[in-house]
Amino acid sequence: MTHDLACQELVELVTDYLEDKLLPEAKTDFEQHFMRCSGCRNYLAQMRQTIQVTGHLTETALSPTMQTELLELFQDWKREGGMPRKASL
Amino acid sequence: MVKPALDEAELLTALRAGDETAFATLVTHYHPALVRLALVYVNERGLAEEVAQETWLGVLRGLNKFEGRSSLKTWLFTILTNRAKTRAQRENRTVPFSDWVTQETEGDDPAVEATRFRSADDPVAPGHWAQKPQSWENIPEAHWLSEETAQVVQRALEALPTVQQEVMRLRDMEAWTADEVCNVLGITATNQRVLLHRARSKVRRALERYWSDAA
Repeated sequence: MTHDLACQELVELVTDYLEDKLLPEAKTDFEQHFMRCSGCRNYLAQMRQTIQVTGHLTETALSPTMQTELLELFQDWKREGGMPRKASL
Repeated sequence: MVKPALDEAELLTALRAGDETAFATLVTHYHPALVRLALVYVNERGLAEEVAQETWLGVLRGLNKFEGRSSLKTWLFTILTNRAKTRAQRENRTVPFSDWVTQETEGDDPAVEATRFRSADDPVAPGHWAQKPQSWENIPEAHWLSEETAQVVQRALEALPTVQQEVMRLRDMEAWTADEVCNVLGITATNQRVLLHRARSKVRRALERYWSDAA
């Protein structure tokens, strides 16, 4: 017996759906509603686009000063012995 | 277009051989994200930078003990969160991380404003869209990839509650898996999903407002 979801319920299930965490019955309800409802189809597409556009963002770049400091830290580590030779085999 | 994943095995071998280029690749790739995550715990930029630097030293010194049971990335970020927590405690800057998780997952935080739907006692279609979301298919790709759109998303992320923001950045910007986020932040799978859901829903709303203003 499938349950007729309201759009207001569906929007709360979108992440579970995208994460593939809906139970089989809930997934069927979700997909059936989706077939009939253009608003919810647009909604799901918007969520996918939101995720995609977030994926295009880049983290703040490493500053040259910080890069230099970190490379100095690496050279210090090498000077203090780094990895024992035999362990690198 | 997610950033290409690093070849961890290759980098590890090079690092163990003392290859500076391998180290430079790793810090370029991960340092800014480490600082940001440390900031969640220690709440001060300078301190977060220090914690991230200590983490790199911890990684180098622990290289011979690292057995690769977890990924290099998970190992790196777990060292960071452990150090950040210790450091925060020592400096009396303990932030109630678990309280935040509770706060940010509890209560009502609807993905879409209730006013967008017909009421629950609507005779025709209770709980269905009163104002349907529009298709974004016709928005030109150049607009999607524009600096302006990136700023809308960036601002929406920054406005999110702390842990919601961190979860969404790790999942959607850094392309981490749900398990990786749970392990490093020490949160349950259910809470991870709730935090992600609330975060993504708010960012979608910000984009929707932006597109409808632009239209």
